[in-house]
Amino acid sequence: MAGQNGQLLIQARGLVKRFGELAAVDAIDFDLQRGEAFGFLGPNGAGKTSTMRMIGCVSPVTDGTLRVFGLDPGRDGVEIRGRLGVVPQQDTLDMELTVRENIVIYGRYFGLPRKELGARADELLEFVELTERANDKVEPLSGGMKRRLTIARSLVNDPEVMLLDEPTTGLDPQARHVVWDRLYRLKRQGVTLVLTTHYMDEAEQLCDRLVVMDKGKIVAEGSPRELIERYSTREVVELRFDESRPDDFGYWTDGLVNRVESLPDRVLLYTDDGDAASHGIHERGLVPESVLVRRSTLEDVFLHLTGRTLIE
Amino acid sequence: MSSLALALRPLEFFLTQYKRVWRGTAVTSVVTPVIYLLALGVGLGVFVDRSTDLPNGISYLEFVAPGLMAATAMQLATFESSWPVLSAIKWDRQYHAMLATPLRYGDILLGHQTFVAARIFMTATVYLVVITAFGAVSSPLGILAIPVTVLVGLSFSLPIAAWAAHTQTEVSFVAIFRFVILPMFLFSGTFFPLSKLPAPLEAIAYLTPLWHGVTLCRDLTLGDIEVWSDLLHLGYLLVCCAVGLALARMTYRRRLVV
Repeated sequence: MAGQNGQLLIQARGLVKRFGELAAVDAIDFDLQRGEAFGFLGPNGAGKTSTMRMIGCVSPVTDGTLRVFGLDPGRDGVEIRGRLGVVPQQDTLDMELTVRENIVIYGRYFGLPRKELGARADELLEFVELTERANDKVEPLSGGMKRRLTIARSLVNDPEVMLLDEPTTGLDPQARHVVWDRLYRLKRQGVTLVLTTHYMDEAEQLCDRLVVMDKGKIVAEGSPRELIERYSTREVVELRFDESRPDDFGYWTDGLVNRVESLPDRVLLYTDDGDAASHGIHERGLVPESVLVRRSTLEDVFLHLTGRTLIE
Repeated sequence: MSSLALALRPLEFFLTQYKRVWRGTAVTSVVTPVIYLLALGVGLGVFVDRSTDLPNGISYLEFVAPGLMAATAMQLATFESSWPVLSAIKWDRQYHAMLATPLRYGDILLGHQTFVAARIFMTATVYLVVITAFGAVSSPLGILAIPVTVLVGLSFSLPIAAWAAHTQTEVSFVAIFRFVILPMFLFSGTFFPLSKLPAPLEAIAYLTPLWHGVTLCRDLTLGDIEVWSDLLHLGYLLVCCAVGLALARMTYRRRLVV
């Protein structure tokens, strides 16, 4: 965690990952500075995990350049990995060992001395509120607890950068909020976070800056607010219909909204004043089953950029 | 950091994991040789000793005991490098946890195989104590049967680990036990001299690492050393291990570095 904020930690130029013919990551560029919380947002198959695995030096770069801490993952993987904390998408906890043993043995992989690791494990378990389960086996823990343990484990080497691949996928809402809270605390302590997600709310909550990925390419970059301002409107009106859904919305919305997005289950009206727009279409005689005015989110950004929703 | 130092770290994991089950395996490693020796060495041996003359006038117990020691190592090694390897890749994914740390695939392979070697060492030591107690060891050179047994184990566990890192499912493991390990157990000179086999089978049996291991262990426990042929047995086992290691490095890399 030492070092100056703003220092360049990760740099990618024309980064490519190919599996046979398929380019999972197709020539992407990005920079990551110390102290940032940086996100890769995109649907499944966008290339987020492949990118994370290359940064984590477990997957060789096919083409382009990647530097982590100024080092080359192809040559200096051992050193780089020693300075990273990885929370993989799929848990890799050992089910037979206890919660505490999982952290201690993981610390041993980094060559940390056993006698330091006991105290370190206790401290980390307290941080993720698993102290009471320290001597239980991992197997019966809930999904949220396992995730918290994985996060605690990834912190054992006091990493400079944490790589979190879909940290809350598969968790119930309450468990997600607990995980977010811990990650938020780490961010405030100055830990650099890199995460992938296909949840807009997660990206908005945690990321200072993010890139939107689709089909192996970066299609947009900025802070959540910048992206929303650039690619969406301030508000969105969501309309749902029973059988009486019109085929064409041009007549109903003309002059009232900036853009209409028609999805199978709902229609989205992009406008800076949602109340005015919903009032306007009502006056023109359009009566949907339900009307919801909400603020624009990254989901809308993604929809605008790719024409698809994030979770299909 | 040298690979050996890094390999100690995964070894520590497998030992930690083993601590949970060691009591059960300790009992097994004592009970198994006792049962085999009672049934074969003492029970069956009575009939064998009455009707045949084994080389140098040894008893059937003396003949079969060192063979069983080597053959048991083969079975243990094959088991330890099949399901646990695939599980560490696919189900429990412990290898992936290790790969996210400074450890490399080669360190993981080396660490895991060192653990398997340690398991065989412990089992072989117990085995030697038991067969000595049964009076089946007539030379102090018998102590060398322990490292030889470890080598026999590795000559199986390395190629099996190579296969386990390559295969997608566990179905082949059962087939390996049934069609490779069991026939070797029965027909590699453990229970009767190879000269009793039909000629083509005899030729095949000479190629199995187990036969070389069984013969070497037997020469050691009987103190009946034939320098050149015993060195040949040793060399054959070492070559099997080296080939197995090269194969395992290849399949581990292909599976884990993608």
